[in-house]
Amino acid sequence: MTPHPHDEALRVLGPQVLGVLVRRGADFASAEDAVQEALLEAVRRWDTAGDGAPADPKGWLVTVAWRKFVDARRSASSRAQREIRVTLEPPPGPTEQADDTLLLLSRCCHPALTPASSVALTLRAVGGLTTAQIARAFLVPEATMAQRISRAKRTVTGERFEQPGDVHAVLRVLYLIFNEGFTGRSADGPADAVDLAAEAVRLARQLVAAVPDDAEAAGLLALMLLHHARRGARTTPSGEPVPLDRQDRSRWDTATIAEGVALLQGALARDRLGPYQAQAAIVALHDDAATAEETDWSQILEWYDELVRLEPRNPVVALNRAVAVGHVDGPLAGLRLVEALDADLPRRDAAAAYLHEQAGNLGEAGRLYAAAAEAATSTAERTHLTKQAGRVRQLSEG
Amino acid sequence: MAKYLLLKHYRGIPEPVPGTDVPMDRWAPDEVSEHIAFMDRMIDDLKERGEFVDAQALSPRGEFVRYGGEGRPPVTDGPFAETKDLIAGWMVIDVDSQERAYEAAGYLSSAPGPGGRPLHEWIEVRPFLTDASEVTG
Repeated sequence: MTPHPHDEALRVLGPQVLGVLVRRGADFASAEDAVQEALLEAVRRWDTAGDGAPADPKGWLVTVAWRKFVDARRSASSRAQREIRVTLEPPPGPTEQADDTLLLLSRCCHPALTPASSVALTLRAVGGLTTAQIARAFLVPEATMAQRISRAKRTVTGERFEQPGDVHAVLRVLYLIFNEGFTGRSADGPADAVDLAAEAVRLARQLVAAVPDDAEAAGLLALMLLHHARRGARTTPSGEPVPLDRQDRSRWDTATIAEGVALLQGALARDRLGPYQAQAAIVALHDDAATAEETDWSQILEWYDELVRLEPRNPVVALNRAVAVGHVDGPLAGLRLVEALDADLPRRDAAAAYLHEQAGNLGEAGRLYAAAAEAATSTAERTHLTKQAGRVRQLSEG
Repeated sequence: MAKYLLLKHYRGIPEPVPGTDVPMDRWAPDEVSEHIAFMDRMIDDLKERGEFVDAQALSPRGEFVRYGGEGRPPVTDGPFAETKDLIAGWMVIDVDSQERAYEAAGYLSSAPGPGGRPLHEWIEVRPFLTDASEVTG
């Protein structure tokens, strides 16, 4: 499919128009259908009319989408005749638009939805991506993704919304999208697929604009930016991952790091610490080191202590903290903490292998790297761990 | 055109060619990189020829699962360290002939291993059954 000249504009406007319809009282699923129809009509008419897009494209889309929504409602006569509250409002200003974004995000991230459904619906309804684009990003057939989205819309339509919504549920979904883009695909995905990490950053920016006083929303955006700044150094040209301590730090994006740090400082100044801010602080300390050796592990460990206080039952946090302890108090101190953790915890073997290598136990490190490779959940991770196993075995035998 | 499944196995293959069965976690890191790069090039080449359908690696961790009866959770068994056959992954290709499928499998089997030498790995080649509608004509 060739890109349409209005694609980008329509992609941005679609979610805004959906927000207006939902705010006017349209149910989510019908509103989404109406907006999709209006977008199709825009593609058909804005060119063929010969005069391009209308002077007020958003107003045009709102009018057309609303008419389609009302028509669909009228024709669905078998359903209960509900009153449609038509409020003729002026076009929304920036504040209303931010409210609409929050309204849509909280519906898409409703706790009644599974994480996978929330992710898909958010990318479609708020991100303005097509079903085909989302399907490609997650490597599933388009029909499967279409069905996932339509089930999610039905679920959301059946839920009641008394309150503006839970920002924390939204944060969790946006972070899932970011991680899918950040760790999920690398060389495996199609080269022209949507960049989900960049998409998550874009959505997080919209959320922060909608809830400027929420320290954790700012913390999450900072966390994403501070990770995203390293994307140029995270993989080799052939797509293999490069671990943090081997990355060419001159390839890190210093402007993005500066933006992330400024956001984080603003959030921390509100004195309402949460897990996203604490994680962002840890990533900021890594980003701040000119070389891996200059990493300020004592400060990082202090932030892990905060994180453990905030999330005392999170085993992943405990595992990462153990590695930090290994850097501050020596690998054997780190290992004692790792060994106290559940044997089935993902990445436990990899962390233990790393600490054993630091302690000079190369044989044990090789065995654990190989075990970690066998349990790896991505090809990139498996390749990396397999090579680590081979490397320390060469060291121990050579 | 006909589709073929090219299966790679962790275990359950005929006797390996002597000297080629060193597990990958004992290869030098560069040898692993070369092997992966070969696979990527092969997939690119199949795409360019218009023959590529799918490729997927599988984790060696897995279990057997079966129906456990009305209102009961599924029964699981394993994982078995001694299972004879363990599939590592597959490629699906759509090619003109069985000869071409065997040629592709042979090439896949020539992927470099330790010392950059071809692995001579056994690849299981399985033809897809075509649509039933084709027998009615």
